[in-house]
Amino acid sequence: MSFVKLTVSSIAICAIAAPAFARDNVQVAGSSTVLPYASIVAEAFGENFDFPTPVVESGGSSAGLKRFCEGVGANTIDIANASRAIREKEIATCAANGVSDIIEVRIGYDGIVFANDLNGHAFEFTQADWFLALAPKIAKDGAIIDNPNQTWADVNPAFPAQPIAAFIPGTKHGTREVFEEKVLAVGCEATGAFDAMIAAGMSEDDAEDACIAVRTDGLSTDIDGDYTETLARIDANKDGIGVFGLAFYEQNTDSLQVATMAGVVPTVESIATGQYPVSRPLYFYLKKAHIGVIPGLKDFAEFFVMDEVAGPDGPLAEYGLVSDPELEATQTMIAEEQTMGLGS
Amino acid sequence: MTDTSHISRAPRTSSLLTEDARTKKRNAAEARFKIYGIVAIAIGLLFLLVLLTTIISRGTGAFQQTFVTLNVELQESRLDKSGARDIEQIKKVSTFGYNPLLADALSQSIVDNGFETEITKSKALRQLLSTGAIGQLRAYVIANPDQIGQTVEFNFMASSRVDGYLKGRVTRESLARDKNLSPAHLDLVDQMLAAGMIEKRFNADFILGADASSNRPEQAGMGVSMIGSLFMMLVVLLLSVPIGVATSIYLEEFAPKNKFTDLIEVNISNLAAVPSIVFGILGLAFFIQFSGGVLGIQSMKASAPLVGGLVLTLMTLPTIIISTRAALKAVPPSIRDAALGVGASKMQAVFHHVLPLAMPGILTGTIIGLAQALGETAPLLLIGMVGFIASNYPDSIMSGLTDPNSAMPAQIFEWAKRSDPAFYERAWGGIIILLVFLMTMNIIAIILRRRFERRW
Repeated sequence: MSFVKLTVSSIAICAIAAPAFARDNVQVAGSSTVLPYASIVAEAFGENFDFPTPVVESGGSSAGLKRFCEGVGANTIDIANASRAIREKEIATCAANGVSDIIEVRIGYDGIVFANDLNGHAFEFTQADWFLALAPKIAKDGAIIDNPNQTWADVNPAFPAQPIAAFIPGTKHGTREVFEEKVLAVGCEATGAFDAMIAAGMSEDDAEDACIAVRTDGLSTDIDGDYTETLARIDANKDGIGVFGLAFYEQNTDSLQVATMAGVVPTVESIATGQYPVSRPLYFYLKKAHIGVIPGLKDFAEFFVMDEVAGPDGPLAEYGLVSDPELEATQTMIAEEQTMGLGS
Repeated sequence: MTDTSHISRAPRTSSLLTEDARTKKRNAAEARFKIYGIVAIAIGLLFLLVLLTTIISRGTGAFQQTFVTLNVELQESRLDKSGARDIEQIKKVSTFGYNPLLADALSQSIVDNGFETEITKSKALRQLLSTGAIGQLRAYVIANPDQIGQTVEFNFMASSRVDGYLKGRVTRESLARDKNLSPAHLDLVDQMLAAGMIEKRFNADFILGADASSNRPEQAGMGVSMIGSLFMMLVVLLLSVPIGVATSIYLEEFAPKNKFTDLIEVNISNLAAVPSIVFGILGLAFFIQFSGGVLGIQSMKASAPLVGGLVLTLMTLPTIIISTRAALKAVPPSIRDAALGVGASKMQAVFHHVLPLAMPGILTGTIIGLAQALGETAPLLLIGMVGFIASNYPDSIMSGLTDPNSAMPAQIFEWAKRSDPAFYERAWGGIIILLVFLMTMNIIAIILRRRFERRW
């Protein structure tokens, strides 16, 4: 009964509230990796323009793109941040809900680093080490066996006998996809497991899926929260090794030490030159239909990729973003409002 | 049963003055129980003590902030090349255009004061100051274009690392591999400190200010999210008190006692126990997706305090109904009987006699329900009130209700997630503010109860 009254009164309130129509601020949601960058840009945008400061929510790339694809209108978000490219399936969902003209903006690159406690062993990893540590099944002498490795010394005799305790991003994070693709899959091929699986009669697709699978016996933990949660886990378990974004690591050098990957130390420079193997582009996606409806949307997008903001000397690079050498092309693309179908 | 009479008893040697074995045993049990109770209370107090000392020791730092006093020359050549003081032209210089001014001012002060430092790069020098300084500078110039060309004294916030150094959070060792600040900076900070250019003092902006982006934790404040919380509480108060009190009065005084009202009662009690996150999902589905999306009511949108308030109303209603009914029940039937006896109608008896007497109880319940709603975070996560949101002050009551905003506990949650350790300190400071609010509300509830409650 009270619910009916509540509904009636809330609708009544909304009827009074009706004059405060269309939204006058840009609304952004998505990847928690992009969130700091987006918030830096949003704040500077609010300082430099007469528009209100845009609102930036986090929640992960997939969650952001899901909200992005819900439809067009003031009660949907204008921009989705993503730490991976949009998937075909998501484009189809978008199209089904009327979001057909999407502008894809690459803002720069981010490195994915492996770090452990400051006082722990200084690791020098290769992708193969991570595959051998985390895969549920590995290849041994050409045969596929259950992964017997319990300590890092089992994985690579050069490492100390420290129990494997990996904290990797959960599946709703874009970072996970990059981790699978650039670390596990590469390690899978390097150790010969991929060939062994094919030889054992698996189809190529199945073998690829098996390559990026992660063991479920408790040695690897999916972190669905943010990097602060990963850091807290490593604080609690000094044997833990976590997967972080480069920017996060650089803000916490007083408690973390970073491992090299394939012999390369992750830095802004080594990522920009492509030497460091585990990096990924960061994107945001923009609804063309909202340009002109939501005040300041296009200005915000243009401001985001300005040289002064996303360039190598801008505040984003200062925070840890590896700036995109092709920023100029992105700037023209936004200025001309090229959507994904036409642009690429 | 058969031979109880034959049980031989030891001859009674005890009197009231000497304890026998059984009495001793019973007395010992009582003493033991008292000790258990004291131990339980002691454990509880210990936890409270640990909690409070942790919160206070970690959080008080957030209320202080390091400021740098600096004379900045507002160079005409950089800010207004034409010299026409045309505000539109001045506005074209973005905040980034103010960076060289800061760097020049810093190197000038190093020369003037005879500081010794190996830092020469202007970008490295600027790392002493908050990146918010350029925004502060630009806002000043736009407000006072006549000051261009003059040298003006400014109070800038120091960067979070410098602030952390003065608070003991950052040391030379911890900066060894830090790219935001180097030990050389700290040497300079020491000299500036000796010269009185740097000062740590109370920071009102932490309580009144807006949220700031990830690279300037020093500038972040609770103010806007506090306003968001207040607007949500307003919605909760305006909706849940009338609805809750009306429901309770009807159920308690007028409703026939039958299976249907029993069912409603059971459901209300159950609703009070529903986890708050469930109301968050309901809010997302009903208020935002259905009311906002399908019905097209524009003010029902994600991150709006109006929606947050509605969700919290759902959560608070059962609490208010239950406490109101308890307060009504506590009014003795003799009051009602007397009123009815002198010819009052049922409604007059309730509104003239029962309700005023139950008022203190109702108020107490309402305040406790509100305090509970004020500290609630979980449902707000689902309706988009967490993120970089609380950055605009609302300019009217309407915009306060519908413009995106956060709430105090959601803001604390957000800060705890951010990568810079300085935000962590802010999160603890935010907890202190929230606790002060909650304690104030609880104290008001206690005072009301003490002063006005009547016992029969």
